[in-house]
Amino acid sequence: MGQDVVDAALEQMECVYARPDTLTDTRFHYCPGCGHSVVHRVIMEVVQEAGIREQTIGVAPVGCSVFAYNYMDVDMQEAAHGRASAVATGIKRVLPDRFVFSYQGDGDLAAIGTAETIHTCNRGENILMVFVNNAIYGMTGGQMAPTTLLGMKTSTSPAGRTVETAGFPLKITEMVAMLPGTYYVTRQSVHTPNAVRQLKKAITKSFQYQKERKGTCFIEVVSNCPSGWKMTPVQSNAWLVENMFPLYPPGDIKAPK
Amino acid sequence: MTADPRGVLTGPHFIDGDHACSEGAIAAGCRFVAGYPITPSTEVVERIALRFPFVGGVFIQMEDEIASSIAIQGAVWGGKKAMTVTSGPGFSLMMEHIGYAAMTEAPCVFVDVQRAGPSTGLPTQPAQGDMMQARWGSHGDYGIIALSPNSPQESFDLTIRAFNLAEQYRTPVLLMLDECVGHMTERVLIPPADRIEITERRLYRGPKDDFLLYKPDEDLVPSMVSAGDGYRIHVTGLTHDERGYPAMTAGAQDKKVRRLVEKIRRNSPDIVDFREEGTEGAEVIVVSYGITSRTAIPAIQMARREGIRVGHLRLVVVWPFPEERIRELARKVTSIVVPELNLGQMSLEVERCSGGAARVVQVGHAGGGVHNPHDIYVAIKKSLR
Ligand SMILES: Cc1ncc(C[n+]2csc(CCOP(=O)(O)OP(=O)(O)O)c2C)c(N)n1
Ligand code: SF4
Repeated sequence: MGQDVVDAALEQMECVYARPDTLTDTRFHYCPGCGHSVVHRVIMEVVQEAGIREQTIGVAPVGCSVFAYNYMDVDMQEAAHGRASAVATGIKRVLPDRFVFSYQGDGDLAAIGTAETIHTCNRGENILMVFVNNAIYGMTGGQMAPTTLLGMKTSTSPAGRTVETAGFPLKITEMVAMLPGTYYVTRQSVHTPNAVRQLKKAITKSFQYQKERKGTCFIEVVSNCPSGWKMTPVQSNAWLVENMFPLYPPGDIKAPK
Repeated sequence: MTADPRGVLTGPHFIDGDHACSEGAIAAGCRFVAGYPITPSTEVVERIALRFPFVGGVFIQMEDEIASSIAIQGAVWGGKKAMTVTSGPGFSLMMEHIGYAAMTEAPCVFVDVQRAGPSTGLPTQPAQGDMMQARWGSHGDYGIIALSPNSPQESFDLTIRAFNLAEQYRTPVLLMLDECVGHMTERVLIPPADRIEITERRLYRGPKDDFLLYKPDEDLVPSMVSAGDGYRIHVTGLTHDERGYPAMTAGAQDKKVRRLVEKIRRNSPDIVDFREEGTEGAEVIVVSYGITSRTAIPAIQMARREGIRVGHLRLVVVWPFPEERIRELARKVTSIVVPELNLGQMSLEVERCSGGAARVVQVGHAGGGVHNPHDIYVAIKKSLR
């Protein structure tokens, strides 16, 4: 079949799914099956559909998604490790009519960035915080994260995480939900197409609330790290459902009525 | 005293500089490590996490470097030998606690496996850009000790030396690796425990009533006790008197801070450590440290083949700086060439000490790789013109 035949056939078809313009053509560097790529895409789809590309500013963390600028074709600023929400605060305060989101991993947001996370939410900064929880430090090669499950083996908890040495997995999303500054706090995932659709709705709502200046919107995405977990992508998604969801159940934690 | 054999893996190993550092710490008697993962230093804490359960050590992965570097301050006063480990951005976050350790005279070790900065920089690539930060990074005045290994073997040896110096002078000691040395794998020979000299804490054992936590001995270093030993100690980062209680006057400040600086300065003849090769009768000297001492060797050989009399002085201890020796050599040679993976740090110190007696030429490199020896060779030649 010649290319002209293919082109002609394509002409006849209705486009139901395409890469949003807000996502660059660069191929993701993330490991196969990694949730980061899906979360990137969903955020950028929402930005595209809401038509707010020129008004959107993203803040990337230090972590695997430090390279977010490669894919998200909007203005981006990388923060120092843990400080994304403080950088986002600075941007939003001087440009209050822009859409500002931060994007962080669990080490970034819930370990070194705990103070910034709590205080950004407590001040009720009008931003969207996206928190990708894969229960491990991906970028640095699989060390324990604050969200690592009990018994889970990582390179800094080689015998499995124990309460005695490392304490309990930190449910920071529940913590920020307690703060009056947060308006919408939800836990989502990207392990199935339906979950991806739910996440998209949550992000769409968050940008709407940001427009209405309602306060901080906080979305945790329970995600995977096939490389750090030493699993195939399929195994990792099954493991996530079995092991992460009992502790980090998906659903709204704080939602406006 | 010699090392506790339970912590010493005597024999030949084929390990990298990071792992050698972990083994050195364990051999030195370190039993508390608090750290936070960061490339290229993470392997140090990973090995500690694996090994500590077998030697009764406590390893905690803290929430960040600020917490790590202050947690070790608690452990030190609880009576343990303690260490924290990091790299570039984490080292920057630790600065306040280097000052805290200097002020409270807490023996402890900070390891910095240098990567290219500033900021996030090049996380997996080498640099030697933290050398002045090591000297002056915390606010205020204090003396400091910093060591710079150039091989995995030396990473092992100098980690032990770092702990020994920390105890001997009641001071924080900085071990300044670079990414190359941290990640380079070579043969490391760990000696039998009874051949490893260990400096124990200068514990005070006299009557309780006479004890003063900051009363210096003749070498300007005070003896120490631990919290919980019944001495009612008080430890503070505020300027304090010999009892350890805040004394907020210019007089007390002068007495305390002057001693902190003098303690290192006056003992520096015993602390400084450098290796010389071919410096006798040399017309030009290369001063180097860490990985750069190894890239300098081919350059020196090239120059020697052309009949240039080149000497090599390698800093093993970088702080305190061997001021006197550099001054002496500067008077004898035409020039001093300083290759380093920064754009002018230790070379400034060489320049200061040579006081114009010799021409000092820095061979700068912003990091992200190592020198091409040819560049050092060219600098050696040019420096004589
Ligand atoms: C001050 C500082 N400390 C440590 C690091 C090293 N570091 C880079 S990314 C990272 C953690 C990444 O884990 P996470 O935030 O969970 O994101 P992931 O890579 O899993 O997406 C760490 C510790 C750093 N860059 N800066
Ligand atoms: S290391 Fe883990 S988090 Fe990072 S890209 Fe790979 S799978 Fe994703």
